[in-house]
Amino acid sequence: MTNTIADIGDAEVILVTGSNTTENHPVLSSFVKRAVKFKGAKLIVVDPRRIKMTEFANLWIRPRLGTDVAWINGLMNVILHENLHDEDFIEKRTEEFGTLRKVVEKYTPEHVEEITGIPAESLKEAARTFAAAKKGSILYCMGITQHTTGTDNVKSLANLSMLCGFLGMEGGGVNPLRGQNNVQGACDMGGLPNVFPAYLPVIDKAVSARFVEAWGVTSLSTKPGLTVTKMFPAAHDGTLKAMYIIGENPMVSDADLNHVEECLKHLDFLVVQDIFLTETAQMADVVLPSRCFAEKEGTFTNSERRVQRVRKAVEPPGQAHYDWEILCDVANRMGYPMSYADSEAVFEEIRKVTPSYAGITYERIEGEGIHWPCPNEEHPGTPILHREMFTRGKGLFHAIEYVAPAEQVDEDYPLYLTTGRVLYHYHTGTMTMKSEGLNEIAPEGFVEIADEDAQRLGIADGDTVSVASRRGKVTARAQISEKAVSGTVFMPFHYAQAAANKLTNAALDPVCGIPEFKVCAVKLEKRAA
Amino acid sequence: MAGENTFVINGNELAFEPGETILDVARRNDIDIPTLCHLKSAMPTGICRMCVVEVEGATQLLASCATPAAAGMVVQTESSAVVEARKMIIRLMLSSGNHNCAVRGHAGDDWTSFQLQVMQADGADELCPVWGDCRLQDLAYRYQVSSEPELETPVPYPMETVNPFIVRDFSRCILCGRCVQACNDVQVNEAIEFGYRSAATKIVTGPEDRPLKNSDCVFCGECVQVCPVGALVLKNVRYEARPWETEKVRTTCTYCGVGCQMWLHVKENRIEQVTGVEESAPNHGSLCVKGRFGYDFVGDENRLTAPLIKEGGTFREATWEEALDLVAKKLGQVKNDHGGDAIGMLTSARITNEENYVANKFARAVLKTNNIDHCARL
Ligand code: SF4
Ligand code: SF4
Ligand code: SF4
Ligand code: FES
Repeated sequence: MTNTIADIGDAEVILVTGSNTTENHPVLSSFVKRAVKFKGAKLIVVDPRRIKMTEFANLWIRPRLGTDVAWINGLMNVILHENLHDEDFIEKRTEEFGTLRKVVEKYTPEHVEEITGIPAESLKEAARTFAAAKKGSILYCMGITQHTTGTDNVKSLANLSMLCGFLGMEGGGVNPLRGQNNVQGACDMGGLPNVFPAYLPVIDKAVSARFVEAWGVTSLSTKPGLTVTKMFPAAHDGTLKAMYIIGENPMVSDADLNHVEECLKHLDFLVVQDIFLTETAQMADVVLPSRCFAEKEGTFTNSERRVQRVRKAVEPPGQAHYDWEILCDVANRMGYPMSYADSEAVFEEIRKVTPSYAGITYERIEGEGIHWPCPNEEHPGTPILHREMFTRGKGLFHAIEYVAPAEQVDEDYPLYLTTGRVLYHYHTGTMTMKSEGLNEIAPEGFVEIADEDAQRLGIADGDTVSVASRRGKVTARAQISEKAVSGTVFMPFHYAQAAANKLTNAALDPVCGIPEFKVCAVKLEKRAA
Repeated sequence: MAGENTFVINGNELAFEPGETILDVARRNDIDIPTLCHLKSAMPTGICRMCVVEVEGATQLLASCATPAAAGMVVQTESSAVVEARKMIIRLMLSSGNHNCAVRGHAGDDWTSFQLQVMQADGADELCPVWGDCRLQDLAYRYQVSSEPELETPVPYPMETVNPFIVRDFSRCILCGRCVQACNDVQVNEAIEFGYRSAATKIVTGPEDRPLKNSDCVFCGECVQVCPVGALVLKNVRYEARPWETEKVRTTCTYCGVGCQMWLHVKENRIEQVTGVEESAPNHGSLCVKGRFGYDFVGDENRLTAPLIKEGGTFREATWEEALDLVAKKLGQVKNDHGGDAIGMLTSARITNEENYVANKFARAVLKTNNIDHCARL
């Protein structure tokens, strides 16, 4: 997030898109709801489903799945047409406005209506509401990123924010909500194939030289590595021979599961380090037991870049170890000496090589976390990014054309399927499904369908139905719901029994390698009891 | 030096900011005014009147939580009129329903039969489930008040236990309305409100008074956290753990990216309860159902406790030595024969920064590959 969670309370208008906020980020959703209910902020929700947030919205806009670039360009078209943009900001702080303007010109409300199904008048109203405010915050989540055009979608939202001059101010910003507790930290710490900690590129020779010295090695590879979604095919075709998987369960979380299983089988050696014998761990040659969050000292970094302490409350079961401890033990055996006294010692090393964390110490965050970048111990941290200037100097507009989603509905597969989470479970359920209470309230997978579609297919609430895509087939209970809109069904992906990701499309975004979880074509059939 | 924005509390001249209430200023200056219904993050309702103070020139006692400070005011927070008023409020509350803690003023047989009847309603043979962790009980001690038989009112509504998380015990509800504010003004889940009114008043989920599980309630538990008495209690903690038996450890939630700050309440190496940290960002005490109730996995019997090695398709337990040797040998072989780029590493959005950092170093410096990623985009 460019801004903080509390900062949402300062916005005059809030645009929420691709985020089922009340279910996925419940406590953050309260900040939005309070801003609307008590501070008169306007809320625009753009989402294909009638999610809870729409009840609080001044305006709910429902685009066809996978048409985000089109409606965002459409909003900008109206804003420019009606001269609602922030000329001063554009002039002083951005580049390439001309190119943007040229592309956006084509996206008239009428043209956008054809692509997205959003009535031209609603689009205009949304554009006016958004641009008329003095401070506007954009919140988005996986509904924006999990598309073949995910990177384009994100850039388009940044365009929209810059156009209105909403970056670098209180109550503004472009704010991605991180689905998992420490996604931010995993990325910050170099858990990505192309960058070291603090997003320093591996191809940069000078950067590489610094890490060579810091880590006491003779050389480091300057070739960017494989993304997770490229690792599986590489395993399949034999170029990847071994995998080391820590705390992840791609057997349930990945697009096109059937394929993931095949890929893992092709490996010569698989080691999995986790707290449970997950579906993925069951395929491993060696499984190593690790501690869970309540058994650890350390830090997590939340969505708003706030580095916060994690503390040990209970003893780990049996012989479970810290993940870092296990890695050090393997490293030592492979001829690279690595050891730390404790988690804080690791953190001290992080500070040395990660400029944005340099000023953060365990002591400083004892009471409350600090937002990076925090370059030195006197620095208070940075709640709001891009205040004076952008990382690259000026903000760059990206002129982006709409590209249709990889898979379209047709006669054989006439319904769109979109996937997501429910409030009561988390990711692949390895943790939440151990709570009886959570299971009692949300016991099983389901497919949510609009009344109209259900009637046409002769499906009643609670019927067992089969859901099939070009890649696989699962069965689930039908749940007729007001949340669904005709033509699109929804399935949560938590449940191994009704694994939605057996159906999803592994087609990737060309830049960041995110599979298109949010759109695929399916058909539904009632199953004989 | 009577300044423009100053007034007097208990003889001390104090400055205030426009908009501050008497209670705000008192708290800032460590003057203790007791409250029950006041909820810091919401608009004052003035329901309980526990916070009343005497203001010179006012015809009646004023609720300090709802009265703005004004220049020249002269306030007494513990005058005899104030103390009498508080005592009466406490007495009435204690006399209603099942407040069977030691402050209940009954003699002999009367107490025994009352206690037996309450224990039956509670399904337990102990005193009130929040004994020792109750604002009303604290205040009763502070002002030396007990209940009065002639003020007693019967228990109006039966206990609701038909959901996995929260027990609603109307026999101990003092109708302070904090839960209603927590639900409507803090979490904005809008699941509960005051219903029926006057003597029949009850906190309800709506005109139909359905149980929580059939309402808009999403079991965030905010209402339980703010309930000052034993009217809302966590089902799995009720009679399982008393506050003085547990140790609190502060940490960060392991679920979503909001990063809520939470207390883990630990008894005998088990997490008994989770509560939100009220004095810290980002959540200021709020949690969601996952954060508050999703911790059973920590002590689950299926946790991995020893390294496993697969042989002939099935796992057997191994020592750390054996397992680590095998991993190092196998990875070393692949690295030697095919180069580091033949190995892929997935680190995790669920482990700490420290562990992610070491994983990144391990992949790059030890395995000699940049093939490292995590599944967070999935
Ligand atoms: S648990 Fe949360 S949603 Fe349910 S009544 Fe209490 S505050 Fe409201
Ligand atoms: S349930 Fe608790 S918080 Fe709610 S009104 Fe009753 S006593 Fe107050
Ligand atoms: S308590 Fe809920 S909202 Fe807060 S971090 Fe945990 S999962 Fe997210
Ligand atoms: S605390 Fe002021 S009226 Fe209840």
